[in-house]
Amino acid sequence: MTLFEEVPVTTAEEIPVRRVEMRVNGETRAANIEPRLLLAHLIRNGMQLTGTHTGCDTTNCGACTVLFDGQPVKSCTMFAVQADGHEITTVEGLATASELHPIQEGFKDEHGLQCGFCTPGMMLSAKALLDENPNPTEDEVRWALSGNLCRCTGYQNIVKAVLWAAEKMRGDEPASEDAADGGGEA
Amino acid sequence: MALDEIKIGGLGASRRRVEDNRFIRGKGNYVDDIVLPGMLHMEILRSPLAHARITSIDVSGAWAIPGVRLVLTGEMMAARNLAWMPTLSYDTQAVLATDKVRFQGQEVACVVADDPYTAKDGCEAIVVEYEPLPPIVNPYQAMAADAPLIRDDKVNQTDNKIFDWEVGDKEGTDRAFAQADVVSEIDMHYPRSHPSPIETCGSVADFDRSTSKLTVYMTSQAPHIIRAAVALVAEIPEHMIRIIAPDLGGGFGNKVPVYPGYVMSILASILTERPVKWIEDKSGNLISTGFGRDVYLKGQIAMRNDGKILGVRMHTDSDHGAFFSDAQPSKFKIGLMHSAFACYDIPAAHLTATGVYTNKAPGGVAYRCSFRVTEAMYFQERMICAAADDLGMDQAEFRRVNLVRDDDFPKRTPFGFLTDSGQYEKCLDIGLEAIGYADFKQEQQAARKRGRLLGIGISTMTEPLGAGNSREYDILGIKMFDSAELRVHMTGKAILRTGAKTQGQGHETTWAQIVAHELGIPADDILVEEGDTDTAPFGMGTYASRSTPVAGAAVAMVSRKIRAKARKIAAHLLEVSEEDIEWELGRFYVRGAQDRGVSIQECAMAAYSNVPDGMEPGLENNAYYDPPNLTWPFACYIAKVEVDPETGVWDVLRVVAVDDCGVRINPMIVEGQIMGGLTEAYAMANMQFLTFDEDGNCIGSNYMDYLLPTAWETPGFELHEVVTPCPHHPIGAKGIGECATVGGPAAFVNAVMDALKHTGVRNIDMPLLPDRVHDALTTGNDISGMPPVKTEA
Repeated sequence: MTLFEEVPVTTAEEIPVRRVEMRVNGETRAANIEPRLLLAHLIRNGMQLTGTHTGCDTTNCGACTVLFDGQPVKSCTMFAVQADGHEITTVEGLATASELHPIQEGFKDEHGLQCGFCTPGMMLSAKALLDENPNPTEDEVRWALSGNLCRCTGYQNIVKAVLWAAEKMRGDEPASEDAADGGGEA
Repeated sequence: MALDEIKIGGLGASRRRVEDNRFIRGKGNYVDDIVLPGMLHMEILRSPLAHARITSIDVSGAWAIPGVRLVLTGEMMAARNLAWMPTLSYDTQAVLATDKVRFQGQEVACVVADDPYTAKDGCEAIVVEYEPLPPIVNPYQAMAADAPLIRDDKVNQTDNKIFDWEVGDKEGTDRAFAQADVVSEIDMHYPRSHPSPIETCGSVADFDRSTSKLTVYMTSQAPHIIRAAVALVAEIPEHMIRIIAPDLGGGFGNKVPVYPGYVMSILASILTERPVKWIEDKSGNLISTGFGRDVYLKGQIAMRNDGKILGVRMHTDSDHGAFFSDAQPSKFKIGLMHSAFACYDIPAAHLTATGVYTNKAPGGVAYRCSFRVTEAMYFQERMICAAADDLGMDQAEFRRVNLVRDDDFPKRTPFGFLTDSGQYEKCLDIGLEAIGYADFKQEQQAARKRGRLLGIGISTMTEPLGAGNSREYDILGIKMFDSAELRVHMTGKAILRTGAKTQGQGHETTWAQIVAHELGIPADDILVEEGDTDTAPFGMGTYASRSTPVAGAAVAMVSRKIRAKARKIAAHLLEVSEEDIEWELGRFYVRGAQDRGVSIQECAMAAYSNVPDGMEPGLENNAYYDPPNLTWPFACYIAKVEVDPETGVWDVLRVVAVDDCGVRINPMIVEGQIMGGLTEAYAMANMQFLTFDEDGNCIGSNYMDYLLPTAWETPGFELHEVVTPCPHHPIGAKGIGECATVGGPAAFVNAVMDALKHTGVRNIDMPLLPDRVHDALTTGNDISGMPPVKTEA
């Protein structure tokens, strides 16, 4: 609850408003929304979780991928009201305050990103895969990520990043080639 | 003791990227993430027709919707003298259509509202009446005598031609052809393609009437050019314009031009006195913004029976769409097409080029290439492939006969560029060895006996990267140099700003590595900032693989200026004369007494606390770098494919890439650039193109029709390197970002043509879709990709 919320002077009376409530990154969030509001826009604009990107509007690029009850969905093609009562994980829910998720570490270590725009969706699709299959083959990784487009990397390093993360999540220490870290704590 | 350069993240370190720390957390700051107080949202209404006269526009329905704050039409723009804007190629482009629409997707009106949904509602409520005109979809239709005039807005424009251009030695080439044993001819089309970064274009314009300052957050690869353009178009003083390019979700050339949406959002902010955000949807991006290619070639090679090429003739017809708004150096009408055949020793060459208007989207951009070198190198390598076949000579051997030799540099290219370094044959040999070329013929024949069609395709090329020296390279008269500014703080930490703008290339990581190399300051101690015209020094931006060759050189040069001053401070601190000071990475010492020294950090502190008498305090400087020449990386790409004779589908079995981009600042990032480029090459060869039906409808207006490869189809890549330092670049680096996109497509197409060689088919226009390959296999005919023309029923 904020102290003051400005509301439009004129409201078209025929526009209905629906209340929705959902768990987002482990926290219960509620909002009054127009039924036509897309889930991606509720996440980005309503909840200010701007790590979820919108790229194509046609469910092809996957930049808007979030986990919906653990399954990857494209949040640009889902109404926010459909998420009422459900559990959503966005990229902001991957790391804890003190620790990155191994998938995030893997993407950095294996240079699995360039412009970074597809990366949040890519990592969430990867998480859904690794949650079900902790030891995937390269083909299984490529298939699991085939709903997410990347224009920069050519995918090879993304695949390596996911395999790196899988290894780490299984408790092994993945090999990391030479060279200085890029700063920050990651 | 000198520092270990790799440990401090200097040259050659595969330093992990600084920018990743925010991207992997979803904390990037892209333009759509920017929210300003009181911000409104803008949506654009686009033309459904390719060519039509506007008879009426009724916007009353939009105004009736609560939450709509502003509706703009061409007429309202015209009243402010803003209906048309200048392009980067000395033409004009409609911001909002006034008289007629000239391509499908052209901007007709825009609506500004409290939220984007309401703005879209507003667009839907606008009623536009059109009187359809005949659409023109390819250059040959445009040049027909009875073709309707597309640009009837231009005084003195009587046909659809934009330019005729010519370069090379016509008479010498004619003589070469007269002496030839064999002349090989091939015609082809490089289809229109869209760079299609996943993030579309957008802007947040914020005009503050109280200060008269305009701030625009914008998806721009070249924010300083935008500032200049806005100053000229909107007549706002340049110092009152601040362009901020935040994180960009890919660019690939698409985010170089000025688009109508940017201009409208600026005007909307001025009129509403509120910040206005415009985020383009994917269809808008694909059907209206800068495309690449769309060039037709007629090519001829004259040669002797022993394989020696004597001369080359090329004629290109290019389709520029409705407005000539190509982003390219002003002196070159068809970009750097005349860089073709630069890696070959060819005595004479002649190129003619014709450019025309059509009813298609405007704005040829360098889509991951340096100003049409992608077309140049594709044509070159397809012509080479056909010529070798016509001569009955092996593909590799034919190249070997004609490649420029290592001791021939500097070497004048067939069209007059000057190449300066390379080891072409070595790269070819490494590639052939890696792919197992020697055994392939046998493998191919054995496979064919079993009904399997295997093919191998080679592409070798050098391309001009790093536009450019200011004698020849300018855009609208602005010279194409670049800049860097370095401030070393008293504790030895530093901030570096350049006029380039990263969009995935990792400048925040690599520029710091150049400073680390030059000064011995650890890369982690250097903050890199770009993209804000109020803080960054002037620069021409990032495209055409020019950042490392130009801005990267400026980074090295400014570091050297800092080192020169630090040397004077060191002499003062060590109480010796400057001539007695030696440098090793990270420290100065007294000649003959290596243990008597001061670190660069100690010099930095002294610059603020203990400067010698008469010296200005502080340790900061800037450098503007005007390169003496382009850089010439070389690449050899080899693809091995299998074509399914039943379906025409082809699979990539292996891809070998040998790249020589000189000294590699960060090998990890260089390899990332190469793999990304190879993927776009594969995309263009296999699936990715914008085509048009006979009515001028864009086929490929969304990702369901505009196909991009996923992780599933994309092949794996095997990378090899050769290092021939650039002789004129301060750290010996050459451009690399686009080599694979430029050289790659021909490798894939040549491979498929090799697999089909027994059918007599000489060319299939890209993309090599299964139906095209299947048609070629079943008919034995070449397959053209030219958009079909409407015929009277």
